[in-house]
Amino acid sequence: MSAMHAIHAEGLRKSYGEKLVLDGIGLRIPEASVFALLGPNGAGKTTAVQILSTLIGADGGEARVAGYDVVRQADDVRRSIGVTGQFAAVDGLLTAEENLLLMADLHHLPRREGKRRAADLLERFDLTPDAKKTVSSFSGGMRRKLDLAMTLVGEPRVIFLDEPTTGLDPRSRRMLWELIRGLVEDRGITIFLTTQYLDEADQLADRIAVLNGGRIVAEGTSEELKRRIPGSHIRLRFGGEDQLDAAARVFDVAQRDPENLALNIPGDGTPGTVRAVLDLLDAARLEAESLTVHTPDLDDVFLALTEKPQQPVPAL
Amino acid sequence: MATATAPAPARSYAFRDSMTMLRRNLTRMRRYPSMTVQIVTLPVLLLLLFVYVFGGAIGEGIGAGDRGDYVNFLVPGIIVMAVTYGTIPIAVSVCSDMTEGIINRFRTMAISRSSVLTGHVLGNMVQIVCILALVTGVAYAIGFRPNATAVEWAAAMGLLLLLAFGLSWLSAAMGLRAKTVESASNAPMPLTYLPFLGNTIVTPESMPTGLRWFAEYQPFTPINETLRGLLLGTGIGNSAWISLAWCVGLALVGYLWARSAFRKGAER
Repeated sequence: MSAMHAIHAEGLRKSYGEKLVLDGIGLRIPEASVFALLGPNGAGKTTAVQILSTLIGADGGEARVAGYDVVRQADDVRRSIGVTGQFAAVDGLLTAEENLLLMADLHHLPRREGKRRAADLLERFDLTPDAKKTVSSFSGGMRRKLDLAMTLVGEPRVIFLDEPTTGLDPRSRRMLWELIRGLVEDRGITIFLTTQYLDEADQLADRIAVLNGGRIVAEGTSEELKRRIPGSHIRLRFGGEDQLDAAARVFDVAQRDPENLALNIPGDGTPGTVRAVLDLLDAARLEAESLTVHTPDLDDVFLALTEKPQQPVPAL
Repeated sequence: MATATAPAPARSYAFRDSMTMLRRNLTRMRRYPSMTVQIVTLPVLLLLLFVYVFGGAIGEGIGAGDRGDYVNFLVPGIIVMAVTYGTIPIAVSVCSDMTEGIINRFRTMAISRSSVLTGHVLGNMVQIVCILALVTGVAYAIGFRPNATAVEWAAAMGLLLLLAFGLSWLSAAMGLRAKTVESASNAPMPLTYLPFLGNTIVTPESMPTGLRWFAEYQPFTPINETLRGLLLGTGIGNSAWISLAWCVGLALVGYLWARSAFRKGAER
């Protein structure tokens, strides 16, 4: 079973004091695939990575990574994985090359092999011209590239990328996405990615799981997830709460969004549907400030799944 | 040859990994020498201040003799003080490793766990040896004239290294517990003040009773006494054994504290 899965977890639980961070999550991630764990801040994404990468222990449940148990065979897991965290874990006082050679030494590689891998990675990541510069002079994007290169020195089979592009500018994000895609294509590495960016998950991942309040609330391909929420909807915005309440009584299938004084009415954006909505508003002597037609994207999935952690997705 | 390629347990890499970490720390010190320079400046300034500004008066006051004689009284204490200052950088470097995320990279690698701290402590010892060489050089230049034999020098060096080793672990533990690099650089400060409340600058006889009692029983007094004895041939008495006990005790407390703080840090 575990031979087929690069990562296999069952019932992982973790709390910090009173706060329950992971409430029994299970994962089955096939080899040579990209898996994205998507969730808002504080959903428990980083905690999941910390447990799977042997940084911390779980309070309950079991996990195997690359076929090894994360607790009983922690060193075997460590030999098989690479981790690039949210904050670039590079040594700012060393040069890019020295950082890579440090990794080679810590992987106990022979000197020559270490130098060869460092040179290869510098080349591959376009860092060769900056190899001899100290990292403290690097931009955020370059640091993150070096961080990823350092993770690859040990030729890991499974890579954990914990919010790899958080805080990067759009150009650097795209560049990292290209590098990450390349890794799966040429090396057959399994990637476990956490992100709060839906486009990132959409761009990179074969499968996506949405984590919210310590539980996986949905899992599937990006297409499957989009299908889980209703098709397009018409969004009406009102000038006041009383108007919104009155309109909500008219459209009883609609979802209220009181924060934005808006109402989401399921339905497509054909002129007929829009006219029907407007007619009903007129009949009730209500006036909307704006009307927009929405077609679903991953953002809708994300919002629908993460805003109300206790409730299932409304079946409209 | 199958056994040669089988992955060896992390334990057998403890030495190799510690040396790798030591190399890393030495490179960091070379790249950022201002820390070492700053640390060596403090005891040198104190030395010059107490010799040239206060030296004439204090020398007379404590019956040590003139300014020249006071240099000999003062220098061993300043050297010990230089060791205490020398342990500040390790708190800073350990804390910056913890807060800058590289520690998590090390923790997810199949390396000897202890090598991270061992590398820092060994690096700090090298740093302290450099600082001691500089401070002793300045002391010589302003008239410090020890009469120690090679054996006495070696014993003095041994004592200082043992003290440095213990304080290094202690300071590393403080760095592990500190939340920011700034607070880490302040945490070992009390260690650098402690020698003032002993026999470093003056003899405790001139102090009020409560303070004198403290000065006589605190760790740096017997250490200063022993170093003076080794370098200048003054009486050591049982100070040597008390010093050794203090140094071993400090090392033990520091090591155990650092080890537990390092483990707790993983859960932070």
